[in-house]
Amino acid sequence: MPTITFAQSSGATTEITVAEGTSLMRAAVTNSVDGIVGECGGQGMCATCHVYVRPEFTDQLPELSDDEDEMLDCTTAERTDSSRLGCQIKMSPALMNIVVDVPADQV
Amino acid sequence: MDAKRAEHTVIIGAGQAGIQVADSLRAEGYPGAVTVLNDESAVPYQRPPLSKDYLSAAAEGTALPLRGPDFFESKNITLHSGRAVAVDTDARKVSLDGGTVLNYTHLVFATGAANRPLSCPGATFEGVHALRTLRDALNLQRALATAQRVVVIGAGFIGLEFAAAAHARGLEVTVLEFASRPMGRALSATASQWFAERHRTDGIDLRLNEGVASIERDEAGLVVISTTGRRYPADLVLYGVGVLPRTEVPQAAGVATDNGVLVDAALRTSVPGVLAVGDCASFPNVHTGTRTRLESVQNATDQGRHAARSIMGENSSYAQLPWFWSTQGALRLQIAGISEPTDEPVILGDPSSGKFSIALLRNGALAAVESVNSPADHIAARKLVGQNISVDPATLTHPSFSLKALAKTLIPVPS
Repeated sequence: MPTITFAQSSGATTEITVAEGTSLMRAAVTNSVDGIVGECGGQGMCATCHVYVRPEFTDQLPELSDDEDEMLDCTTAERTDSSRLGCQIKMSPALMNIVVDVPADQV
Repeated sequence: MDAKRAEHTVIIGAGQAGIQVADSLRAEGYPGAVTVLNDESAVPYQRPPLSKDYLSAAAEGTALPLRGPDFFESKNITLHSGRAVAVDTDARKVSLDGGTVLNYTHLVFATGAANRPLSCPGATFEGVHALRTLRDALNLQRALATAQRVVVIGAGFIGLEFAAAAHARGLEVTVLEFASRPMGRALSATASQWFAERHRTDGIDLRLNEGVASIERDEAGLVVISTTGRRYPADLVLYGVGVLPRTEVPQAAGVATDNGVLVDAALRTSVPGVLAVGDCASFPNVHTGTRTRLESVQNATDQGRHAARSIMGENSSYAQLPWFWSTQGALRLQIAGISEPTDEPVILGDPSSGKFSIALLRNGALAAVESVNSPADHIAARKLVGQNISVDPATLTHPSFSLKALAKTLIPVPS
């Protein structure tokens, strides 16, 4: 099963193993990962599950939709080239050991 | 120190608002005990997905929790299963259905709302559903798996979200709405008409000016009889005809209510030490100049944060801009601000593209923005609405205009 590593700005990391198809946001919220809020319940409406995906995994990510692109413009922490919304990333074999950095602020 | 140690905030309700109060109390450094009363058997969960993703055939099987499993323990918050049945505001005690009595120094009503019941004959037949709780959603998921014909009563957010989800599963869907337009309470007439046409084009049989008169049952299943006398056979009926704030307990305790628990700008009720937040609270809304009761995640969480600060002794006025969303199939509706029927609508973009916004002007200023599949407009609108920004309709409709660009010119970018 795929494993997600959430790296906090403090340096602490949390490793979570989830079923394929689970979104990164859901994995974080159901496992109490600090710094991922998911206030809208995964509807891509609130931009509070912002993560920075480590560059070695960006090629395997699902394509950025127009909606996600627009929502990423309003994240609390600065948007970078590696910014994504956790609710839009569903775990797949291609993302088997993905590592993401959690921004310092979401709200 | 002793006085501080005796502090205990009891929060009645474990929905988005109640959990947020508890979370924010800890974030603000509240020194006392915090208890959240949960009257459902499930651990506190998010409701919005229940009428949307959760009903799709490919749904992730479990509800999304509001917080992770170790949240309560790690924040020293007691999640107590039980329903509050009475409050003695003089003695500051809450009685629960199991006989437990809790002393409090602060009490927060976060009781939410209950579905307005369907009152027509046949409303309680098996196969007639409402949707609010996880249990309701599970029942619907099961019913959807075998249903062919679905009748939805009420074209509000819940009704249309459900209709779109059922239609996406290949079911035959009829929606009955007694009013002349869908989502009439929340949307401008312009947006409402666009949604009506779009749902019909997509294949949902949306019938306006036609309510439900009764529901009958025969060998083949249910039959919904409308106010115009038409008969609609159905395997599944879902009604979403509004909600009623849950105010029985506060009312019985002598807390002032009137379509909700009445609170002041700091979210305090008529009784010292008692607050109310979220769907159940009627608050002075600075954006409309009236008392309002709102049913939304934004209202629940922002009021939850504000109430925590009030409990900590801050005396400030709640003034967050209301915003809402609804996902109906491929249509993503986002609303910033609260429109009024007399607002002047100005269309931004091309509605036929399925991606546009409607700016609503009141006295020449931007009062609300409704966006369809246009999150950038919505986010910009959340910065612009409520700032009393005067706009000229001719400027708004200019091809080079964007709300996002306007928001950037008016708000200094924090460095």
